[in-house]
Amino acid sequence: MKIKTMAEVSSEDIHVEILFWVGCAGSFDARAQRVTKAFSKLLQKAGISFAILGNEEMCSGDPARRAGNEFIFQMLALQNINTLNMYGVKKIVTACPHCFNTLKNEYPELGGNYEVVHHTQFLQELLNSGKLKVQGGAFKGKKITYHDSCYLGRINNEYEAPRSLLNALDVDLSEMKRSKANGLCCGAGGAQMFKEDEAGNKKINIERAEDVINTGAQIVSANCPFCITMLTDGMKAKDKEDNVMIMDISEMILQDIQ
Amino acid sequence: MQQLIFILISGTVGFIAFRQYKKVFDNIKLGQSEDISDRKFVRWKNVLLVAFGQKKMFKNWIPAIFHLFIYTAFLFTQVELIEILIDGIFGVHRFFSSFLGSFYTVVISTIEILSFFALIATFVFLYRRNLLKVPRLVKSELNGWPKLDANLILLGELFLVTGIFTMNGADVVLQSIDPMHYPATGSLAMSSMLGPLIFDSFEVQNLMLIERIGWWLHLSVVLGFIVYLPVSKHLHIFLAFPNVYFSKLGPRGKMENMPAIMNEVKSMLGLESETINDSNEEMPEFGANDVFGLSWKNILNAYTCTECGRCSAVCPANVTGKKLSPRKIMMDIRDRAEEVGRNISSGNMKYAKTKDNSAIKHLTGSNYDDGKTLFDYISRAEIHACTTCNACVEACPVMIDPLEPILKLRRYEILTESAGPADWVPMFTAMENSGCVWQIPEEREKWRTEM
Repeated sequence: MKIKTMAEVSSEDIHVEILFWVGCAGSFDARAQRVTKAFSKLLQKAGISFAILGNEEMCSGDPARRAGNEFIFQMLALQNINTLNMYGVKKIVTACPHCFNTLKNEYPELGGNYEVVHHTQFLQELLNSGKLKVQGGAFKGKKITYHDSCYLGRINNEYEAPRSLLNALDVDLSEMKRSKANGLCCGAGGAQMFKEDEAGNKKINIERAEDVINTGAQIVSANCPFCITMLTDGMKAKDKEDNVMIMDISEMILQDIQ
Repeated sequence: MQQLIFILISGTVGFIAFRQYKKVFDNIKLGQSEDISDRKFVRWKNVLLVAFGQKKMFKNWIPAIFHLFIYTAFLFTQVELIEILIDGIFGVHRFFSSFLGSFYTVVISTIEILSFFALIATFVFLYRRNLLKVPRLVKSELNGWPKLDANLILLGELFLVTGIFTMNGADVVLQSIDPMHYPATGSLAMSSMLGPLIFDSFEVQNLMLIERIGWWLHLSVVLGFIVYLPVSKHLHIFLAFPNVYFSKLGPRGKMENMPAIMNEVKSMLGLESETINDSNEEMPEFGANDVFGLSWKNILNAYTCTECGRCSAVCPANVTGKKLSPRKIMMDIRDRAEEVGRNISSGNMKYAKTKDNSAIKHLTGSNYDDGKTLFDYISRAEIHACTTCNACVEACPVMIDPLEPILKLRRYEILTESAGPADWVPMFTAMENSGCVWQIPEEREKWRTEM
């Protein structure tokens, strides 16, 4: 089933419930694209009518703003808001916690008011309402740990939705010593993703990879494309890329359902 | 005679203290105005839970319990302090005992028990700092004065408690010898046991002297603390309350908007009717490179910081050996505010922005220029290392936000200086040209054709 853009659905006069905000990583990064596709399939399976902005979508502006470049942030944000308002978007779901935070908390003051949910929250809704049903087979009893992204967890106080999904999959959840409000950043936030680390004695993603390895989990589940990149690089640096898989929770759910 | 000395000393201390606290207040006001008058109910609730209730301290049980001992002892000792004030001014002895009766025994006993626990806590804290060397308490930014400051406070605490027990212990023995001048306090929790044990064989004159020494010791440590606090990290015992009250209530992930830039971009994009365009106006400064560009709340944060280092202990940059330490950011802001405040009150015109301009009569924050900025305290490598993860914000027991000033410094660097990490230039360019963080030739929606 083809995924439609807002431009297409509005020209065909179709009403959609949800805008799926894909984000730069979800659109272009090969690893994050897999998450985008997995989540899209879940939306289709649940019978959710949704569309994307496609080529009309721009970066939310989060890294520009946090780097200090308010001009570029405003340029991107105001154009996005203009587009979203033009299509009369009401509810947005995104698989990127940085986009999620900026759209939810920073766009309103610029004139963009939407109900914004993170994809783990949306998947929780779908499971609770029975629109999606997990089998609980693929990951049952597997030792899995969960990495809280800063922008979903500590910054937006959502610790339970992703964990409830893991519980639904019947995994053996083994928490890292730093989790929830005390979770350690993967090292990508604040536009760090786009620059080399400052001088220090260790990379942050390696520090976090060690937290993961210490749990003895076979899989670390994440909810953010940048965390996934950072953790993957961290595992490579520790020579553990074959021992520990890094998966977005939506990928796990899709694998369970299929 | 004692009365006169008491009034003289207390008056002098009060006067000095007033001037010092006024300076702190003036230095906080060097920052920009920021209206924080909304949601009073939630703010008072925070004060009750976080400041009075120590809620955020209890994320870490061991230091929280020992800190609670000292904190509650401090709160209750205020009763005794009021009595000392009354006794000192009117030349009476244990003023409250006469009309509080047996309740007085309860009050003083409570203070004694709490003081005993505070004494234990003080030793534990001295041990943690100097022998156990808890990592966050021995980091490099504490070398020198901050370390001495911390130990001085703990030593003061020892003297304070010693004063209380000396005064009460001698008093208890004197009550049995001279009940006319030393009214019965009832059986005190600690002193009724310790007093006779230590002081029983002492001469009356010596006992009276010892009681006075205890009383004056207690008083002088308290007065000493009052004038010492404004130059010490220990100022948090007062400022924690207003600091919690004024702390950020909105979503943590929302950075402060910059309406000037928003409006300019809006008119640039043709989204709104042209706003008043002051093309001949000087390019304004964005962000902050000094205390003047921060808000008064950021500076209040800095004065509230007691340098416990919980922020730096959880900072991902700091724990991986980068130069950034959120605690040091707060310490630097305070040091800079104090430097500016000192120079301004010196009135020396070498600190005026336009040196040959006779129009400047008084140095103020707006005409001040000493050739230095906050960047002389905080290096670029520090602000560049921040991941904006908010761990420092989460960790602070008194609701300090070290992230906000870091982001204001970044804004200054990028917007006003057009500088910043070279790595970010391609990202900015890509965002400007293609609306994406990477410059990629493909179409944004291409992935949907590969489903």
